[in-house]
Amino acid sequence: MDYLQYLRLDKFPHIWCAGCGDGIALKAILRAVHNIGWEKDNIAMVSGIGCSSRTPGYVDFNTLHTTHGRAIPFATGLKMARPEMNVIVVSGDGDATAIGGNHLIHAARRNIDLTVLIYNNHIYGMTGGQVSPETPMGDFATTAPYGAMENNFDISGLTIAAGASFVARCTVYHANLLGKLIEKALSKKGFSLVEVMSPCPTAYGKINKKGTGNEMILNQKQLAVRVERAKTMSPEELKNKIIIGTIIDRELPEYVNTYEKIISQAQRR
Amino acid sequence: MKPRTYMMQGNVAVAEGAIDAGCRFFAGYPITPSSEIGETLSKRLPEIGGKFIQMEDEISAMGAVIGASLGGVKSLTATSGPGFSLKQENIGYASITEVPVVIVNVMRGGPSTGLPTLPSQSDVMQARWGTHGDHPIIVLTPATVRETYDMTIQAFNMSEKYRVPVILLMDEIIGHVYEKVTLPNIDELTIINRKKPTCSAQEYLPYIADETLIPPMANFGEGYRYHVTGLVHDETGFPTNKTDQIEVMLNRLNSKLDKYSDEIIQYEDTFTEDAKIGIVTYGSSARSSKNAMRKAREQGIPVGMIRIQTLWPFPTERIYEFGRQVSHIIVPELNLGQIAHEVEHAVKGAAEVVPVNKINGDPIHPEEVLLKIKECI
Ligand SMILES: Cc1ncc(C[n+]2csc(CCOP(=O)(O)OP(=O)(O)O)c2C)c(N)n1
Ligand code: SF4
Repeated sequence: MDYLQYLRLDKFPHIWCAGCGDGIALKAILRAVHNIGWEKDNIAMVSGIGCSSRTPGYVDFNTLHTTHGRAIPFATGLKMARPEMNVIVVSGDGDATAIGGNHLIHAARRNIDLTVLIYNNHIYGMTGGQVSPETPMGDFATTAPYGAMENNFDISGLTIAAGASFVARCTVYHANLLGKLIEKALSKKGFSLVEVMSPCPTAYGKINKKGTGNEMILNQKQLAVRVERAKTMSPEELKNKIIIGTIIDRELPEYVNTYEKIISQAQRR
Repeated sequence: MKPRTYMMQGNVAVAEGAIDAGCRFFAGYPITPSSEIGETLSKRLPEIGGKFIQMEDEISAMGAVIGASLGGVKSLTATSGPGFSLKQENIGYASITEVPVVIVNVMRGGPSTGLPTLPSQSDVMQARWGTHGDHPIIVLTPATVRETYDMTIQAFNMSEKYRVPVILLMDEIIGHVYEKVTLPNIDELTIINRKKPTCSAQEYLPYIADETLIPPMANFGEGYRYHVTGLVHDETGFPTNKTDQIEVMLNRLNSKLDKYSDEIIQYEDTFTEDAKIGIVTYGSSARSSKNAMRKAREQGIPVGMIRIQTLWPFPTERIYEFGRQVSHIIVPELNLGQIAHEVEHAVKGAAEVVPVNKINGDPIHPEEVLLKIKECI
């Protein structure tokens, strides 16, 4: 496929560091969009603030780079105003689960037809490596000089409990699978989420001695376990592993659709 | 068409004004004394094909209305003090991205949770400067239920015309008072909609303006794919760090309203022609002040009043003139002198500025203003 047709080439070079996973994730999104065949005019990409949230600047869609943590609320308003548009949210782990955590669970609870891609790099990349709700316990960050002391959110568990229709996780190493999972998420009517494990060699890798971007990506191969296989493994065996694949895919009433029905009811009275 | 006469509350007048202005999306979070606006719209909007959403907080409500407006739907949010504080970051976003939105703040006493059910006018400066950075904003303040309806429509018209967030700053008294109102017929209303691009999508530069200083606005999903960011951007909408481009963008942004100040700035003069003593006030404080002015006139004291309707941009020129006409300007307001300072600044020492301030939750009574008038003789 021709990726270039979806890119704003004059905006390159991009801001991402060599070895950053965010570019691989971008390619996966474009493959997914291409396979579904959506018109560019009908796609909106909305983001918050962070390295990952710079993605919309590079794609030739209707693009909205909002405030830190608030992409989902902006996307919610846009989707309600234009239900026919396909609205994709791109967010970092800090953006989506710290400052924007409340919006994440409420959008999942409403089951509004958005696709949220959370690029989880275990750190605040853009601001230089502060601790995030996704920094593994004991790992270092500029604001965790003694090691992170807090538990992480289980992003998929959280959004499944909140009511999301579709939840998946994948690494950028498994780029083909990532594209397919994003395609499934985009096609899903309802709130869909893909947690994209995207290495940040600069702000997380270096301080934690995880090697180069390449080494970090290759390491994902060692850690990844398919959902199907994970079901046969014990919690001890799964410790520190990354479970990849579709975690939940279910049919639930979608919010905007329900609202449109309410409108016809209210207008009939 | 039969006359639309109702006993109506100020908050309901906001809802009806919004609908008549073409608003079809509301996002909010309940808070006294503004909740009736959302409650009314949750019922009314679906009846006319619009949508209401109760968000998880005021930050997200502010984000949602900006998103919906970018989608081409006129949008409203409403709140009070604590919620207004939460909205500030995204109000700045609407300001720099030039997305039209209307924000209602029905003021209650502060700071913090303050006085949820009691009136106040203490968010006047926050309405102007609440979000960080230099930015344009319009703030309108009504004094009656009918005016609340009219001003809500004006707020939408101004936000659409100038691509700027407009704040309707009410106080608890105006929000909750019931008055008999006769609303105009829909076909008598002037409704302004945002100017859309006439060029092709390829030629469209979202932030380039002609001599009007207001760039045409394409809605998302209508074929003009472009980028919107809260970073300082150039004419293409993409972030820039170049000082010359930053200057062009921020200068246009911060001066675009100056060009239209004559049509934006509104105030009402009562008995000012022969006045020797002046009153400058707004909102519910103008109601008690008017009463005091009448009583003073009955006693032969030549008092005149300017009721400010557009708080920001402030009617500096008119207040300056007034200051040169009268010996004193009494400024009754339910705060510790937020507009009195502005009046002081405007009159440049030409008249003595006499604040009448109250922050105990009790409205200003006519007798309190009358007393001050007599002290000024
Ligand atoms: C309200 C607010 N607080 C803080 C910031 C500063 N800030 C910018 S990006 C960021 C964190 C980004 O981390 P993450 O969301 O994980 O994205 P990444 O850069 O790692 O992709 C922070 C704290 C901000 N822009 N706005
Ligand atoms: S700092 Fe980290 S997340 Fe940001 S671009 Fe560099 S590698 Fe990627």
